[in-house]
Amino acid sequence: MKTIEDEDTMPPLVAVPLPPENLPVAKSHDFPSSENWPLVSLVTVLVLLSLWWLATNRGWLPPLWLPSPEAVGKAYLASFRGELQGGRTLFDHFLWSFGRVVIAFLLASATAIPIGLLMGVSRLARSVFDPIIEFYRPLPPLAYLPLIVIWFGIDETAKILLIYLACFAPLAVSARAGVRSASLEQIHAAQSLGASRYQVLFHVILPAALPEILTGMRIAVGFGWTTLVAAELVAATVGLGQLVMNASNFLRTDIVLMGILVIGVVAWIFDLGMRCIEQHFVPWKGRA
Amino acid sequence: MSVALKRMDKRDVSESDSARARSRQSLSIRNLSVRFGGSGQNVLALSRLNLEIAAGDFVVALGASGCGKTTLLSCIAGFIEPSAGEILLGGQPVKGPSAERGVVFQKHALMPWLDVLGNVEFGLRMRGIAKAERQGIALDKIHAVGLEKFARHPVYKLSGGMQQRVGIARSLASNPDILLLDEPLGALDALTREQMQELILKLWHAEEKMVFFITHSVEEALFLATDLLVMTPSPGRILHRFKLPFSRRYVESGDARKVKSDPEFIRKREEILSLIQNGHH
Repeated sequence: MKTIEDEDTMPPLVAVPLPPENLPVAKSHDFPSSENWPLVSLVTVLVLLSLWWLATNRGWLPPLWLPSPEAVGKAYLASFRGELQGGRTLFDHFLWSFGRVVIAFLLASATAIPIGLLMGVSRLARSVFDPIIEFYRPLPPLAYLPLIVIWFGIDETAKILLIYLACFAPLAVSARAGVRSASLEQIHAAQSLGASRYQVLFHVILPAALPEILTGMRIAVGFGWTTLVAAELVAATVGLGQLVMNASNFLRTDIVLMGILVIGVVAWIFDLGMRCIEQHFVPWKGRA
Repeated sequence: MSVALKRMDKRDVSESDSARARSRQSLSIRNLSVRFGGSGQNVLALSRLNLEIAAGDFVVALGASGCGKTTLLSCIAGFIEPSAGEILLGGQPVKGPSAERGVVFQKHALMPWLDVLGNVEFGLRMRGIAKAERQGIALDKIHAVGLEKFARHPVYKLSGGMQQRVGIARSLASNPDILLLDEPLGALDALTREQMQELILKLWHAEEKMVFFITHSVEEALFLATDLLVMTPSPGRILHRFKLPFSRRYVESGDARKVKSDPEFIRKREEILSLIQNGHH
């Protein structure tokens, strides 16, 4: 039997496992649960798919209005093999869209995060950039798309710029807000340990801002995919957004639906990736 | 108790040898006044306060909220520039925060993106000390606070008491002349709190540093202090300074319960409680 005094300098970190007893796990009433039941989510998806299948196969809805799952599957295979519209494969479309989103996102990260951080620490930077960002941030990208086309033409520059602008605002805003994440105690502690102004900035304020910056990046990637279709409206010949827009001109709703599903799945995988990055870099998020 | 204490004592001997080699410092505070103004408030947080802390003193400031004890600590730490008066450390005026004045906060002061070792070596790293040397010093301090098994643990997974041990080790690693502790045990449960009080006394004895410690708890103040300051608010000032024997008694005997249940300890506790109540009204 250990006494409390023995543990005086060394409290155990891990509880000692007890022999199992056939008791139910105690229930606690705390936060409304933030987890979901994967099984229920799966059932939801299956029910929706069955309804879709029933509605199309029983003829409840005309095929133009809602193409059948089989038609969408066929469109997918045809597109995958490059048998549709100009012979581009689905992977080709994906690669171009992926490239545009990634390039725009990386450019936005490289510029918006430093500017946001600067806005967080400098009154001058805040005064300069605040009116610009706050003005354009709520504008729908489609509204200023014509201007961008007139200024930058119809090639890749215009498309990437549009996605870039969509990513820029959430990145800058989150980086700016992140600067406030370091506690006064953390800053004072660093100063009392001999850290200079710049060391406080780089070794305390910057790492403390990382969770907010990563949240901003996650939102920005989502915005990037959302803006993609708008960007590819502009005389694109290849890309997932262009695939959908082009198919809609020919009333090929099977291809439209297939394209939407592909964009959705790709964006979802991106989000999962961002969450993994968050878990890896800031496992301490919300636990400081 | 005896097992743990013997383990500490062995280390204490070797550490106090190196501590004795250092020059002894003193802290003098003269006519210190702090006025907080702006946005409608005008508070005299400290008024013409004088205080001398000599090498080896364990000074505890005790008082109700608003008596200026945290303001006093912030002035010594260099977080606040006083409205008037001066603070001299080893004859040199205090200006801004510096590694010669280590601070331990109540909470929220560790860097969760660093592990225990990373936190403890932080100050040494900021001052450009080579990796091998600074990690040696840091591991030594981690050992001194009893966390040697947790050097590579993330700090956010540690209990509150263990986090405070990290905070103390971090301050000690920079080898400050004076250690400032702002209610470091205020957020801990009663049992952990008593363990930490004993640890702090052992470290104080081993390192021979000046300590300035803030608390709300009369019993904690009595147990830790060689010099107890009873402070009163509006304006913040020192009402009385007591010389107390209990911390040295603990260091000699290693029996905290015996010290705390001594009739003299209890008599002193009642005396100070009534002083605070009468001085406060």
